[in-house]
Amino acid sequence: MMGGLRIILRLAWRNLWRNHRRTLIMLAAIVIGVWAMIFMTALMRGMVDDMVKDGVSVLPGHVQIHHPDFRDDPTITNVIAPPSGELLEVLSRPEVVAWATRVRVPAVISSERDTRGVTLVGIEPERERGISFVAADVTEGRFLESRDDRGLVVGRKLVEKLETGLGKRVVIMSQDPENEIADRGFRIVGIFDSKLAQYEEGYVFGGEGTIQDLLGVGDAISEVAILGADYRDVEGLHRMVADAAGPEVEVLPWNELDSYLGSMLAVMDGFVVVWIVVVFLALSFGLVNTLVMAVFERVREIGLMLALGMTPRNILSQILAESILLLIIGLAIGNLAAWAAIEPLKDGIDVSIVGEGMEYFGAASMLYPALYLKDVVLANVIVIVLGFFASLSPAWRASRYDPVRAITKV
Amino acid sequence: MKSVRCIDLCKTYRQGEIEVTGLDHVNLEIEEGGFVCLSAPSGGGKTTLLNAIGGLDTPDSGEIWLAGNRVDNLSKGELAKMRLHQIGFVFQAYNLIPVLTARENVEFVMEVQGVAAADRQKRSLEILEEVGLTGLEDRRPAQMSGGQQQRVAVARAIASRPALVLADEPTANLDSQSADQLMELFVELNRNHGTTFVIATHDQRVMGYARRVIRMLDGQIVGDEKKEAA
Repeated sequence: MMGGLRIILRLAWRNLWRNHRRTLIMLAAIVIGVWAMIFMTALMRGMVDDMVKDGVSVLPGHVQIHHPDFRDDPTITNVIAPPSGELLEVLSRPEVVAWATRVRVPAVISSERDTRGVTLVGIEPERERGISFVAADVTEGRFLESRDDRGLVVGRKLVEKLETGLGKRVVIMSQDPENEIADRGFRIVGIFDSKLAQYEEGYVFGGEGTIQDLLGVGDAISEVAILGADYRDVEGLHRMVADAAGPEVEVLPWNELDSYLGSMLAVMDGFVVVWIVVVFLALSFGLVNTLVMAVFERVREIGLMLALGMTPRNILSQILAESILLLIIGLAIGNLAAWAAIEPLKDGIDVSIVGEGMEYFGAASMLYPALYLKDVVLANVIVIVLGFFASLSPAWRASRYDPVRAITKV
Repeated sequence: MKSVRCIDLCKTYRQGEIEVTGLDHVNLEIEEGGFVCLSAPSGGGKTTLLNAIGGLDTPDSGEIWLAGNRVDNLSKGELAKMRLHQIGFVFQAYNLIPVLTARENVEFVMEVQGVAAADRQKRSLEILEEVGLTGLEDRRPAQMSGGQQQRVAVARAIASRPALVLADEPTANLDSQSADQLMELFVELNRNHGTTFVIATHDQRVMGYARRVIRMLDGQIVGDEKKEAA
């Protein structure tokens, strides 16, 4: 068996280089195809990663705990108690990178010039630094210093709409649990910038204690936001938190909280497969043609080998081995070429010229290619598996030759 | 014991629109260690008979027995196995595998059989020496003359020590000197190893080396002449 395998591999390898020009052309096509599969996938992954990371860092975290009715009716009536007991213990585990509580209610903000509807978010500044974008993106003034800070951090676009500014006073108005008006004046202590215009216009941040006082809810909160190690792998974290939080609350991962981002990631996974398959289909015509030519040129030899006692399965294996060897070489060089092309671009590609419109979708002006092992493995597996099936037809035909007719073919 | 036994073999095949009789009720017995020529003009049926004996083609009716075993009813896989282990083939047009060296061509059948590498190498070098190709072991077919290539083909045919060697017009593409050398080699191998040789030819000089000449015409055996080797 091993002897047979060795001769099959030897014949496949030598036949591959018999017409080296044809083999090299086909090899070049495979290399370019594999390079395109991996390189373009890395660019697309990088873009989607950036969008998801930005989206997750804006507020959601990786997992959130809410009152079961909060998502349908995000008001102060649907609040939960702050973490305690088993949940608090779970939140201190190493799987949890950071967590923070928030009070989040719809509100109205008024300057002396204008009035706008916003989402008022009461945060714990120290904890929030580990999760969301706000602290890092305060570009004017300061970030909140404590949960009892009486200042307000506002987005730049909202400041422009309200025609107000740093140090100016604004009035925040919302409802308390008794449906009474709850309002008070705040001084703008910080202005933040965001990649997403909707956050700059729609969110204002105050100290969590201050907002709880304003709304008269004691220590009740609207949500707990939890950050894990990797946004792509939140299943374990979600399950762990859900088990500890109990059935009275709703625990959801980011991709269910933000269905746009979640579906984008799912679509991206599907798109990668489609992209790789499409590129391969283009390649497969060349591959099959190469094999058909190679088989056609060797009809007599194949007939001879059958006459000498090789089985049709040996012939089939030989032609398939030829194809697989060609694909393996092409994959190895293509993978290296893709890596060599992606590595120098790790610091990002400036796509601001073409990327302005993309900001509405959350894409950044710098594109960071993301090379994932699973994408490389997927591309390699698809090429090998589909290559195998594409080669079956010429290999099968060769194995079915009648030795008498094949050996006398001129 | 009979090496080959054919009973009432019939075979017709089509050439375009025409139906041709390849074998017409052929009955034949060849002793072990025989050195037999099948002689016929082109289209006389000698290659058809050789292919049927070698399991390359199946008869329409009749029986074929090799070394006491019936082989005409074997499956394709069983026939391939039989060819691999029991029969050596020498074809008209050398038919070596061009990407393999002379030694690798000789080892080919043994390698498919699964003979250990050391044994293969030892036997192939011995046989290449026996057929007078010492020093040419690492040459590929394109680097050898027609006579040398046919010697490699003979070496390949006998390397796995088959009981029967079937040769179809083995001298057709050789000059007279190479053809004589090849036939002398066949005689020597037949004498030294006791291998049965069945050679299809219409070359009178080749027939001169045979101890038995079977003449065919239109798929029928029309003559069977036994004689002492030349």
